[in-house]
Amino acid sequence: MNTGDLTLNFNESVIFKLRSLFSKCGYSQYKMNKFEEYDLYAKNKDFLISDSIITFTDTNGKLLALKPDVTLSIIKNSKDDINYTQKVYYNENVYRISKGSQGFKEIMQVGLECIGKIDNYSISEVLTLACKSLKAISSECVLDISPLKIITDVFEALSIPSYSQHDILKYISEKNIHELSALCSELELSNENADVLKTFVTTSGTPDDVISSLNKQLKGVIDLNSIKELSDIIDALDEDIKNMIRIDFSVVSDTHYYNNIVFKGFINGVPTSVLTGGQYDKLLNKMKRKSGAIGFAVYLDVLDRLGNNDCNFDVDMVLVYSDNDDIKSINKAVSYYTEKGLSVFASSSIPKEIKYRDIIKLSDCEVDFNA
Amino acid sequence: MLNVALPKGRLGEKVYDMFEKAGFECPSIKENNRKLIFENEEVGVRYFWVKPSDVAIYVERGAADIGVAGKDILLEYEPEIYELLDLDLGKCRMAVAAKSDFRDNPQKTLRVATKFTNIAQQYYLSKGRDIDIIHLNGSIEIAPILDLSDVIVDIVETGTTLKENNLEVFETIVPISARLIANKSSYKFKSEQINKIKDEISSLLEA
Repeated sequence: MNTGDLTLNFNESVIFKLRSLFSKCGYSQYKMNKFEEYDLYAKNKDFLISDSIITFTDTNGKLLALKPDVTLSIIKNSKDDINYTQKVYYNENVYRISKGSQGFKEIMQVGLECIGKIDNYSISEVLTLACKSLKAISSECVLDISPLKIITDVFEALSIPSYSQHDILKYISEKNIHELSALCSELELSNENADVLKTFVTTSGTPDDVISSLNKQLKGVIDLNSIKELSDIIDALDEDIKNMIRIDFSVVSDTHYYNNIVFKGFINGVPTSVLTGGQYDKLLNKMKRKSGAIGFAVYLDVLDRLGNNDCNFDVDMVLVYSDNDDIKSINKAVSYYTEKGLSVFASSSIPKEIKYRDIIKLSDCEVDFNA
Repeated sequence: MLNVALPKGRLGEKVYDMFEKAGFECPSIKENNRKLIFENEEVGVRYFWVKPSDVAIYVERGAADIGVAGKDILLEYEPEIYELLDLDLGKCRMAVAAKSDFRDNPQKTLRVATKFTNIAQQYYLSKGRDIDIIHLNGSIEIAPILDLSDVIVDIVETGTTLKENNLEVFETIVPISARLIANKSSYKFKSEQINKIKDEISSLLEA
């Protein structure tokens, strides 16, 4: 262990890299209060990952909440201007129920939001930054994109009843072809129409492969413009970014809030997605705003197991001094070793509670105390 | 190496046979010993036996890349996983059962004894029925007999246990069978191997 490695832990170094990445693209940091009026979340509960929120009454009687989400607060405080694109990033804690413990958990989240005029360039910029964010964490990563608009267009074209759409989206998200088939039979869909829906489970892979397959399978079913639009955005990306992207419809989000594309980022070795994002113009429409928005968040709590900071030792060296040694000599010995880049635990006895790589008595160390 | 979580017991053995027929054999698994982890480097699989109700946790948390779990467990715990295939094994149903002379009185809260609280809650929520859930860990069939509950929600295979306790099935909630499941992240990085297993087993099922 070298003390240089201790300066930043893995998560901290990721935060620094992402902040630098976002600010280089003109995103400015958005600082916010830990608390938000509960009313904001109560009105948009479905947008939140979990509807459990820590609430308390402020001194003036207002019901406040510890933020379960950052996006809603940013949207609330943004300008509704369709001629300008506001670009912000954040590095904040949110408070949500942990699935494992069923208790509340503080989760560090870094992300960005692009609000206002959302054109194809804005989308490609956000996708590029999402890919670069994943790359900043690990070289073994993939960004799954799901063009939600194509699914909703197909729902409309096949007149899928709204009460079944939720189930279909669930089966698509689970790649659950057997239950999707059963539901298609229940809905008395023709084989051709059932096959169109099954496309969303069976088709995934590189953008070129999927786009060409979608063009064939959805011809005559929907207006292919939405596929063309997706193709244009992806074709405009740098080759190394494009190589990180897969189209996979199993990334689905609430169609009442999200439109166009949604995406999730995965890192090899982390069992869940580490990044989620999408275009959520419908949320803004619900808030009676004309502008659009796209953004993503990176969840740092799931990165705990990554990084090379795991060490078998608490310190490199234990320096044992006796009661007769003078303090000046102890200080000198500690400085000598720490300047060499080692971590030193000075103690008058051999510590049992910590693990150390080496142990040395003050009287045996190689320091010239007379210099 | 692909990590596969198999459910301990008779179902797990049937499932392993399926994997073996599909070309992912690991002969050491059939040795009579207390080992829980078995590996065949040649075909790139590592099997391990876990409690059936824990398979989904191993897969969701990435300790296993794929596994086989009952639909009852998937509905109860709603893990974030891919459900790739219905293996058509371990077929049974989740059902509402009660004493033969039971009459549902809508004016009263229905007392439901079950091990599957989430499934029971979702089912009665969809029917708009007010219920009182009594969570039990076993011998659910006793609950209506001792008037602890009005009905039970439980897995019914042949119905023999119910019959012997003078209970009968009143409603079927959902059919149950074993499912091939995969961790979402593993699927991104080991999709070729996972799909190979899925396709081979799928062809076996269709044969």
